[in-house]
Amino acid sequence: MNTVNIIRLEFPSKSVNESFARTAAAAFAIQLDPTVEELGDLKTAVSEAVTNAIVHAYPDSIGQIGMKLRILERDTLEITVRDWGCGIENIEEAMKPLYTTGGEERSGMGFTIMQSFMDSLRVRSSPGKGTTVVMRRTIRPRITGK
Amino acid sequence: MTITSAYDRGRLTVYLSGELDHHAAGEAIHGIGELLDEFLPRDCVLDLSGLSFMDSSGIAVIARARYRMQSLSGRIWIECPSPQVQRVLDAACIDRLVPVTSGNIGGLR
Repeated sequence: MNTVNIIRLEFPSKSVNESFARTAAAAFAIQLDPTVEELGDLKTAVSEAVTNAIVHAYPDSIGQIGMKLRILERDTLEITVRDWGCGIENIEEAMKPLYTTGGEERSGMGFTIMQSFMDSLRVRSSPGKGTTVVMRRTIRPRITGK
Repeated sequence: MTITSAYDRGRLTVYLSGELDHHAAGEAIHGIGELLDEFLPRDCVLDLSGLSFMDSSGIAVIARARYRMQSLSGRIWIECPSPQVQRVLDAACIDRLVPVTSGNIGGLR
């Protein structure tokens, strides 16, 4: 699908930036005229992806997180969250509900929520090189009463 | 995120407001833990009506509070989640662990 609009952001893996990332994604998505519920879903999925990068990619250091937001043809929003951290050894295991290595502040539900709230989720990772999460969600045009 | 509370005859109501994400989760876990240790309540209500956003970090906060209430042989439930918070609770099937009510019911029967 062709790209209609695109924006790229990069920020340090500080937890205070979780709020910035989801708010930026929501602001970009506004041009698709999402419902409040759709906007909430997008913010939640971004928060999960960015938090995973902060907690798991850079457990003992501050690294960079890249976020690419693309609007594609047919009202589809694509969100890519990338890090250059430690990577995931076993993606299948990491995506199981309740699986976490993130301590008491994590529930192990991050990937489950990303899958539930988005139309598609793709994860690529190389140990020692980093992880890329790509999510897509189509925002259906609303039918007005005019 | 801010935490306030009210205690009345064995029931501690904890009001969470603002945004509950990983950045705020540690503070929430410890704040609620300190309140439970101080009041040792029979019932604990987590009033989420003031939460404008919550991700799965909030599930960890709720699970920790439930664990602590179990150790006190007490009850815990969630009241008044917003639609966004309710969707996260539903995705995590939290009602298998902690009852969720849409309004203030004044206690479980």
